[in-house]
Amino acid sequence: MIHTDKLAKTFTVKKETVEAVKGVDIDVAPGELVAFLGPNGAGKSTTLRMLTTLLTPTSGTARVAGVDVTADPAGVRARIGYIGQGNGGGHSFRVIDELVMQGRFYGMNSVDALARARELLQSLDLADLAKRTVVKLSGGQRRRMDVALGLMHSPQLLFLDEPSTGMDPQNRANLWEHIMRMREEHGTTIVLTTHYMDEADSMSERVIIIDHGRIIADDTAARLKANLAGDLLAVEVAAASAAGVRGLLGRAAAGGEVTENSYDGVVRFRLRLPEGARLAPALLLEMHDAGAPAQSLELKPPTLDDVFLELTGRNLREGANR
Amino acid sequence: MATHGTAAGTRQKPGLGRVLHDTRYVFWREMLLPLRDPFSLVFSLLQPLVFLGLFGPLLGAAVGAPAFGGQSTLQWFLPGVVVMIALFGTSMTGSNLQYELMTGSYERILATPLSRSSLMIGRALKEWAPLVVQGLLIALVCIPFGFVFYPLHVLFGLVILGIFGIGLGALSYALALVSQNKEWIFWGVQQTLLFPLMILSGIMLPIEAGPAWMQTASLFNPLTYLVNAERELFAGSVGTDTLLGLLAASVTAAVGLAVGVKAISRNIR
Repeated sequence: MIHTDKLAKTFTVKKETVEAVKGVDIDVAPGELVAFLGPNGAGKSTTLRMLTTLLTPTSGTARVAGVDVTADPAGVRARIGYIGQGNGGGHSFRVIDELVMQGRFYGMNSVDALARARELLQSLDLADLAKRTVVKLSGGQRRRMDVALGLMHSPQLLFLDEPSTGMDPQNRANLWEHIMRMREEHGTTIVLTTHYMDEADSMSERVIIIDHGRIIADDTAARLKANLAGDLLAVEVAAASAAGVRGLLGRAAAGGEVTENSYDGVVRFRLRLPEGARLAPALLLEMHDAGAPAQSLELKPPTLDDVFLELTGRNLREGANR
Repeated sequence: MATHGTAAGTRQKPGLGRVLHDTRYVFWREMLLPLRDPFSLVFSLLQPLVFLGLFGPLLGAAVGAPAFGGQSTLQWFLPGVVVMIALFGTSMTGSNLQYELMTGSYERILATPLSRSSLMIGRALKEWAPLVVQGLLIALVCIPFGFVFYPLHVLFGLVILGIFGIGLGALSYALALVSQNKEWIFWGVQQTLLFPLMILSGIMLPIEAGPAWMQTASLFNPLTYLVNAERELFAGSVGTDTLLGLLAASVTAAVGLAVGVKAISRNIR
């Protein structure tokens, strides 16, 4: 569905050259749900804009839905849906008018466009607002209208740029429910950008982590976490027996750092344990055999934030400026 | 933000049929605004009448009949008012775009398969469309005051103004794009250019009454040819002035669209 080869974009801002995207190779198969994850300014949106022909690549090639983005941008646009960061509805227009015109822009006839608009308004809980002007909608309603606009022509490939930025958790969940339902019904391929790691984690099957204009990881969220981060394990043993397990835990961390704090006659060890859920039971037995039974255990699965930290040494929220 | 575009030359150019097809929908979307709120149309119809009613009599009294080449003041002045409405209307094309640039609606439409020139032509024609009604209305209203109405000539005159309006509208569109996030620049440039262009075309007062340098400057103003063409057409004849006006309008449209398409492809963040 998408194939890029060394796709790159360079901007010139005040005579200074900025390499926003430094040659990325991306392959997305039909039906996939892929998230571009990275801090603000990492190059996610620039990549998305090149794939949607809103930006011309400086170098490299991209084929989207079987069409080359530089040779036939209008052909690409006819085959994809795009939901940008901003609200797509014109302020003074009526909701239904904007939807119908959107359908007309994609070559639908007026009967089909109206039927499709009504169907989408119904399924996105906007049916009562059809004749409302866009400016009178709430933030959540506008975002749902954006989804309706993007889905008017039933695209086989849908791009979403930061779909849920600025939405409250309830509206976010609601939005995702709608997107997932559309996907189930039509097998739509979905590519989105996000800087919410939990969104990338829970919603997408595949995560492409972008930093400083480069792809630094590309896998399922589960594998990225298992391979790159490992679970966070905390065990407590009696202070008197702590010396007996120090070496054991050091080996289990496989070269990773083991931190300890002691309080109230207890020592709390913390370490990263790859595949922690599988290895922890055996580790507990070993600790018991070494004469230092665990008094408590906490096992926290890693997040994509941990993966990003492991890859870059930075936190996702710190942004790209370091 | 300036960008390095490389492959622009290899892009497929949309055909004329495609552009016309797309223009229809862009125009129709824009027209939904006044059609859903018809009250705004009433005001836009009244404005030229007020202007004509208040400025016309003063003009005749102040300048005197000889400056108008033997025509009645009204016959001379009315085509000027029509050109002025076209000028004000289509030069505002970009101002409506500014709101859409601030939200995501410009980008949403840019992501549809619509051809780039249709985005500008459709919007410019929306600003021109009321002129057809306005022009015919003021012509009808002026008949009792000695204005001689030649419907076909006037219609042709409106078509020429439409062609000119596409060019001016596209330039206004491009101006809105380059002044994105600095809206005052749009207004500053639009206002600064509008008045000299208007005065130097002889819309309001006959340029023949001015000094030689003004007459020379007016020769380089496309609007001058447009106003002359409209005056000839409104007087019921078709001649050299009409041809020159059509030429000036076509050149403006070609230049405007070229600049506009370039601005669209350069301006995307």
